[in-house]
Amino acid sequence: MSIPREHYLQAVFPTPFHARTAAANTLNVWHRWRDYTVADAYFDVALEYTALRNACTVFDLSPMTKHRITGPDALAFMNRLVTRDVAKLKPGRVGYAVWCDDAGQVVDDGTIFHLRDHVYRLCSQERQLDWLLGSALGFDVSIVEETHDVAALALQGPTSCAVLKRLGLAEIETLAPFGMRSYGFEACELLVSRTGFTGDLGYELWIDPEQATRLWDRLFDVGQVVGLKPMGTLALEMSRIEAGFIQAGVDFLPADRAIRAERTRSPFELDLEWLVDFGKGPFTGRRALLEEKARGSRHRLVKLDVEGNKPAKDAFIYDRRRRNVGVVTSAMWSPAAKANIALASVQMPFGAPGDELWAEIYYQKELKWSRFMARCTVVEGAFFNPARRRAQPAADF
Amino acid sequence: MTDTAPVVIVGGGHNGLVCAAYLARAGRRVIVLEAADQVGGAAVTREFAPGFRVSSGAHLLYALDPVVVRDLKLASHGLGFARSGLCTVSLGAGEPLVLNGTEVLAGEVSAADRAAFGEYVARQRRFGALLARQRGRIPARLGAGFSVVRLFALRANNRTTENPAPMLLDLLRLGRADVRELLRTGTMPIFDLLDDRLANPQLKGALALDGVLGAKLGPRSGQSFFTSLQRAGAYALPRGGMGTVTGALAVAARAAGADIRVSSPVARFAVRGDRVAGVVLESGEEIAASAVVSNADPKTTFLQLLGARHLDAEFARRLLNFRSLGCAAKLHLALDALPDFRGVPADRVGERLIVAPDLAYVESAFNPAKYREFSPAPVLEITIPSLHDPGLAPRGKHVLSAVVQYAPYDLAAGWESGRHALEKATLDVLARYAPAIRERVIAAQLLTPVDLEREFRITGGHWHHGELALDQYMMLRPVPGAARYAAPIGGLFLCGAGSHPGGGVMGSAGRNAARVVLGEVRG
Repeated sequence: MSIPREHYLQAVFPTPFHARTAAANTLNVWHRWRDYTVADAYFDVALEYTALRNACTVFDLSPMTKHRITGPDALAFMNRLVTRDVAKLKPGRVGYAVWCDDAGQVVDDGTIFHLRDHVYRLCSQERQLDWLLGSALGFDVSIVEETHDVAALALQGPTSCAVLKRLGLAEIETLAPFGMRSYGFEACELLVSRTGFTGDLGYELWIDPEQATRLWDRLFDVGQVVGLKPMGTLALEMSRIEAGFIQAGVDFLPADRAIRAERTRSPFELDLEWLVDFGKGPFTGRRALLEEKARGSRHRLVKLDVEGNKPAKDAFIYDRRRRNVGVVTSAMWSPAAKANIALASVQMPFGAPGDELWAEIYYQKELKWSRFMARCTVVEGAFFNPARRRAQPAADF
Repeated sequence: MTDTAPVVIVGGGHNGLVCAAYLARAGRRVIVLEAADQVGGAAVTREFAPGFRVSSGAHLLYALDPVVVRDLKLASHGLGFARSGLCTVSLGAGEPLVLNGTEVLAGEVSAADRAAFGEYVARQRRFGALLARQRGRIPARLGAGFSVVRLFALRANNRTTENPAPMLLDLLRLGRADVRELLRTGTMPIFDLLDDRLANPQLKGALALDGVLGAKLGPRSGQSFFTSLQRAGAYALPRGGMGTVTGALAVAARAAGADIRVSSPVARFAVRGDRVAGVVLESGEEIAASAVVSNADPKTTFLQLLGARHLDAEFARRLLNFRSLGCAAKLHLALDALPDFRGVPADRVGERLIVAPDLAYVESAFNPAKYREFSPAPVLEITIPSLHDPGLAPRGKHVLSAVVQYAPYDLAAGWESGRHALEKATLDVLARYAPAIRERVIAAQLLTPVDLEREFRITGGHWHHGELALDQYMMLRPVPGAARYAAPIGGLFLCGAGSHPGGGVMGSAGRNAARVVLGEVRG
């Protein structure tokens, strides 16, 4: 693992794409993501979002925490770590996963890349090296953090496949969702996975940091004609809520950061029961989750279609307008779904599909604040889930 | 696995045998698997030189659970005592101090110190009795369901309660002054407490020893007063050495129907689903079990026999951090005649002799241990059991047994070379008080923590399986999640010194574990 150089001189680093992202950032707005500076937006959040949904965008994903897990026990280790069955994840495949503490509360979520036999990459929202090393007792594995050794770009949107074709990636359209493939790029390896955080057709590109700016340049060389734009974090946030993806620290509190035990959530409470495989053998939190399954959960995460067009940001959720039963964790007006959408955490038994709940929304117009109770309908499935996301082969548009 | 399958007890130490006896008495089919060729674990009497036998581990009995003695009728199964109520004789530069209970029987001690000593020991014993009363109780459950309301919802039958109310009632019964003093001193370094109360350096040294014996603590370390409370009992020598205790336990267990097999080392547990379903012996033989009860130390049990992958990650990590590195060695000397201990009257040589002449000596002995070195001038607790129990040595000859402290398990220089150097350092110290001792030695055996680990299969060679400190005590012993004898995985239980109430030859852990296995108490 390479440690950030001279960290005492500089706490926050430019990403491998910084020369290009800085040049593209006409708004000059930045924020800190772990060890790096990333762009909130480049030219206009709404237009960046529109480019994503109607053409394609690149998003600098390099600060994403990445770990490499290798060794004879790599699979056994991964299976003990996460709640899903990693044995079903074949080499060349990517899987979304969560992992829990002993009490069955979610520590973090992330994606597992099965690079080849006995070699996995785990990308996580939070720093996880300590947790991973602490989980390695009794396993013959090596775990390194490789965040700084891999540059990454998310290329997302309907024309993303077309861009990669124009880049010369042979038969990229045949790459299945959650598949990955290696290509040569300027005498080095370019790993392409059909993954993303936008709920759209899209890819993530993984490359040696030395080649980062070259990749950026080539993408824009070939991508201009199909509308490629850079996209910042704010537009990404819109797209991930539309896709119904949860975010650590926003929609749930990572269990290892919680001081109050009741503030954490189990996978069941985050609508992630599909990720929990009790049949695969032991994993951290399994016994607690079995107990929860028998006893019943305390909360659930629901997707809400909220009346009106005022975003229900941070709104309290009520049962029959009287009893406070939860809170909105993420909310927005969704241009793609043409709906006022929200993710909310509500106490059981409230929030069953089809249930009616109420959101207490505060909003202001010209500094005049108003409050109203908005009727919410619990909906199932993603708010935005276009067929192109799953289409095989991927289309050009 | 069926309910008619036997309960398998891994390890035939005293707690394993106690557990076996209780389970067999309750009608369970029980198989005890002991790796060594004799039962007893570290509570055994072994021949270390032709004709010379000695208690290999603990050499003094001070906390054997009286309920176990009574329930299992140990007296009628062969347990007898060569001597009980031993005094303590503290060797020093001048006249030795002779201490018996709250009294100073001999030594140049002022009237004020005698009074303060009496008061100190009496209070220490009251606190010790409080701890002793907890030994037969299953530690309270302080899990998610814990609440103050439940705390005082005292049920009629304390034996099935999961709450700490009985312990708190015991505490209240101490009275206001003692509770205040316990809270004030419970975590104190014994050094400060003794310095505050007493003037006589030798008296302070002698009392400090109880605060550090068997622990990786010096008198100036926090919690050393707490450690001393564990030993606030009367010392006794079983006739025939410690092996007599475990021998009687084995007879009791067999009489109740338990099947005890020696030379049967267990390689690992057999796991089916999320349950320990039996054991696999090193021979390859597999024995199915309705329950497996491990007398092995927690690290051996969970990390070797079970395997960390069957455990949740945080639990496994807590086990790894269970402090279990031994810091005491054992020296056994075969003597062709009784050496003369300077200033000790002939009728006192058979008492508990200690070398802890003052606080600075004990603390200085501890200092090297912090840096993984042994004490050049160690602290000693010495018995010459053959004086009371002639059968342990050939006629006219004697056996000397000494606990040698400090001897860190992870000696930086390694025990290959360290062994000889520590033996020499120990004999040098002995020679200060018994100048002719070297000429009397026919044979010597030094058991370092590494030897204790190998001989008795205790990870780290700690005679309590792990430090008996507040953070590894009661509901925290060995670690949260396994403090009520039941393991997180089904079908597995703990019954050894790594569980409440810990080491010393008590048998309470074995008895408590049996109650959990039998379902009398929820684990």
